[in-house]
Amino acid sequence: MSCCAPGTEGSLGRSLPSSDELVLSSRAVGAGLRQTDLSVPQVHCGTCITTIERALKALPAVERARVNLSTKRVSVVWREKVGAELTDPVTLVRAIIDATGYDAHLFSNVEDTGGRLQREFIRAVAVSGFAAANIMLLSVSVWSGADAATRDLFHWISAMIAAPALIYGGRFFYQSAWQALRRGRTNMDVPIALAITLSYAVSLWETMHHGEHAWFDATVSLLFFLLIGRTLDHIMRDRARAAISGLARLSPRGAMVISTDGSREYRAIEEIAPGDRIAIAVGERVPVDGIVESGASDMDVSIVNGESAPRPIKAGDTVQAGTLSLTGMLVLKATAAARDSFLSEIIALMEAAEGGRARYRRIADRAAQYYSPAVHLLALAAFLFWGFIGGDWKQAILIAIAVLIITCPCALGLAVPVVQVVAAGRLFKNGIMVKDGSAMERLAEIDSVLFDKTGTLTLGRPKLVDAGKAAPHHLALAASLAAHSRHPLSRALYDIASGPMPVFDEVVELPGKGLEARTVNGIYRLGNRRFACETASFDPSADSTLEVVLSHNGEELACFRFEDELRPDARAVVDDLSAQGLASGILSGDRTSAVRSLASRLGVDHWRGELTPKDKAEFCRSLTEKGHKVLMVGDGINDAPALAAAHVSIAPATAADIGRQTADFVFMHESLDAVPLAIDISRRAGRLIRQNFALAIGYNMIAVPIALAGYATPLIAAIAMSTSSIIVVANALRLNRLGNAQKTASAGAEINPAHPGEARLA
Amino acid sequence: MNMLIYLIPIALFLGGLGLLAFLWSLKSGQYEDLDGAAWRILEEDPPE
Repeated sequence: MSCCAPGTEGSLGRSLPSSDELVLSSRAVGAGLRQTDLSVPQVHCGTCITTIERALKALPAVERARVNLSTKRVSVVWREKVGAELTDPVTLVRAIIDATGYDAHLFSNVEDTGGRLQREFIRAVAVSGFAAANIMLLSVSVWSGADAATRDLFHWISAMIAAPALIYGGRFFYQSAWQALRRGRTNMDVPIALAITLSYAVSLWETMHHGEHAWFDATVSLLFFLLIGRTLDHIMRDRARAAISGLARLSPRGAMVISTDGSREYRAIEEIAPGDRIAIAVGERVPVDGIVESGASDMDVSIVNGESAPRPIKAGDTVQAGTLSLTGMLVLKATAAARDSFLSEIIALMEAAEGGRARYRRIADRAAQYYSPAVHLLALAAFLFWGFIGGDWKQAILIAIAVLIITCPCALGLAVPVVQVVAAGRLFKNGIMVKDGSAMERLAEIDSVLFDKTGTLTLGRPKLVDAGKAAPHHLALAASLAAHSRHPLSRALYDIASGPMPVFDEVVELPGKGLEARTVNGIYRLGNRRFACETASFDPSADSTLEVVLSHNGEELACFRFEDELRPDARAVVDDLSAQGLASGILSGDRTSAVRSLASRLGVDHWRGELTPKDKAEFCRSLTEKGHKVLMVGDGINDAPALAAAHVSIAPATAADIGRQTADFVFMHESLDAVPLAIDISRRAGRLIRQNFALAIGYNMIAVPIALAGYATPLIAAIAMSTSSIIVVANALRLNRLGNAQKTASAGAEINPAHPGEARLA
Repeated sequence: MNMLIYLIPIALFLGGLGLLAFLWSLKSGQYEDLDGAAWRILEEDPPE
C-alpha cells in the first residue's frame, strides 16, 4: 500500500468500495445488466451532471447512467460482460472520481417504502383537490341562487364526486383513527374521520329528501386541507431519511474469508461464522469481533470507544467490529457472528435506553386528547338541547353535525405540520436533517447539552501543535517519510508540509512502530519515541498530546506534537449555549487527561472521561430522572445508547451508521454551529405552533356559537374553514422571514467575537 | 338548464383530464429530480 508513484498520494485517503462489495450490492435488472446506485454528495450543478454522465457513458460497460441532482445520486446500469471480459464495477466509481474529483459512495439499494407512501399521499391530494374544486364550483352556483331542480341536480353530482374522493383520500384517516380507537386511545384523526363521514351521510340524506343544504363542499375541502398537512409531514421525514441513508456506510458489507485450503472468497457479512479466518487489508474496517491470528497494525478505534489515538495491535489481541486497520495487513479469527458482535451489544443497550422518544407524545396528539372529547361532548349537548327544547330532532341532528364540521380540526391539522415543514426546510438549507417533527418539539424543551469528545467536539483528526518550532528541513524529511503511510499522524504531517521534499527510495512501514528509510547517509526513522530513538528510555506518560519523533541513526532530530483538531466554532458554540441558559457537559470514552485538557480549552466545567457506552447512557438517564431534558450530541458507536437514552439527539454526518440512524438530527457541515441553530429554530417553531393553536382555538370561539345557534349554513362553514386554514399557513410562513432577518443580523454581530475565539484555539 | 347537461360533463371531463395528466406525470417520474431538470434544459443534445 505504501507505493508512491507521483499523483497517488491524493487518492490514498479515499477508500473506494471494493469490486466484490459493488457486485454484492448491485441489483440484476435482466439481460445481463446490473444496476448500481451511488451517492455523490458533492454534485451541485449542471456541469457536474454532464461531466459524470459523459464519463460514465464513455465506458464500454455502461448501458445507461443518470444523475439525480435532487437526491445527489447516480444510478448506473452496466453490462456484466463486455465481450468475454467480466466488468469490474470499480471502474465506474473510478470514472466518477477521475472526472470530477468527488467522492462516490455505495448507496444501499433497498426499495424504500417511504417513497411509495409519499406518492400515494400526493395522489390522494390530487384526487381530493380535483373533487374539492369541482364541488366548490357547483356549491357556489347553488349559493348564488339555483332553483330547486338545478340544486338537486348539483347536489347529486357533488355526492357522486365526493364519494370516491372520500374513500380514496380518507382511508389514511380512517386507518389511523381505527388504530387509535382499537387501542382505547383517541387522536386527531378520530374527530376528522367522524366529521367527514357524518357530514357526507347527512348531506346525502338531505339530497335524497330535496333538502336545501348539503355539506359536500365542506367534507371534501376539509379532506383536501388535512391531506396537504399530512403529506407535508411525510415529505419532510422522507427527505431527511433519504439524505441520511445516502451517506457513506461505515460498516462493511462483506469480508474476504480465507477457507481452510487457503483459497479466498468474498462473503456477505451475515454469512461469516465464528471460527472463520478473515483477511483485513490496510484501510478496511473489521466486520466482526475477532482475535488477531497474524499480522500487526495500528487500529483506529475512535468510532468504537472515542479514543483519539490509534491503538497498536499484534497477534493474540482482540479487535472489535467497526475498528479500522490503518497500517498493516491482518488475519483475524472471527469470535462472533455479525449479529453477536460488539454492535449488537450496543443495540441491546439502545433498546433498553429508548427513553424520551417512546414516552414523548406529540403536541398535536396531546391537543387532540383534550380537543376531541370536548368537541364530541359539545355536539352531543347541542343535539340533546335542540332535541328537547326545540322539539325538532331532525333540526337537532343538523345542528350537531354543523358543530362537528365547524370544529373539525382543519386549522389544527395544518397548524403543526406546516410550521414543522417550514422549519425543517430552513434547517435543511443549513445542512441539518430532521428525522421527524416530534424531534423539533423535543429539542425546544431541553435544558442541558452533553457532547461526545472525539468526532463531535473535535474532528477526530490530529493537527500539529507547534508547526513553527521544527526546522523546515526536518519537517520536509518527516513529511517525505510520512507520505508513505496511512497513519493519521503521518497524514497530518504530510498535509502540513509544502515545498520540495527529499526523496527516499525505500521506505518500510512497521505496524505499531513507524516508518523507516535506509539511505546511504544512514537510517531515518519516523514513529514513536521508543522506535525512533532505540536507546532512549520509554516513558508512557499520560500526556494528552500525541507525538511523533524523527530520528537519524537513532538520534532524535525533531519531535512533532499533535492534538485532536477542534471543530470550528466549538468554543463559540459552547459559549452561545451557556448564554442561552443551557448547561453543557462532555462525556467521552477517551483518557481522562485528554478530556480534561479539552474541557479546559472549551471552558466546560462538567466532564467525564473513560466512560463505557453503558456509562454514557446511564448518565443521560440519571439526568433525566433528576428532571432534566438532555440533548446528546455524539457520533461514535459508543454514543449510540446515550443518543437513544437522551431526550433528543444530534449527530454529525461523519458519525457511525448506527449513530446516524439513532439521532433525531444529523448535520452535514463541519461547524458545530448547527447545534445552537437547530435549538433556535426548534424553539421558534414551537412558539409558532402555539400561536397557531391559539388562532385555531380563537376561530372556534367565534364559529362554534354560530353553529350552536343553528346559523351555520354550508356557505358560512366553507368561508370559516378556508380562512382559518389560510391564516394558520400564513403564520407558519413567517418563520422563513423572521429567520432570515435574524440570521443576517446575528451573522454581522458574530463576525468579530468569533475571530478572537478561533485565534485562541489555534 | 339544458345547456347544463352538456356543460357540466365537459367541465368535469376537462378537470379530470388535468388530474390524469398530473397523475401520469407523477408516475413517469417527472418530479424525481426537479433541480436536475432545471439544469438539463440548458444542455445541448449530442448530435445523433
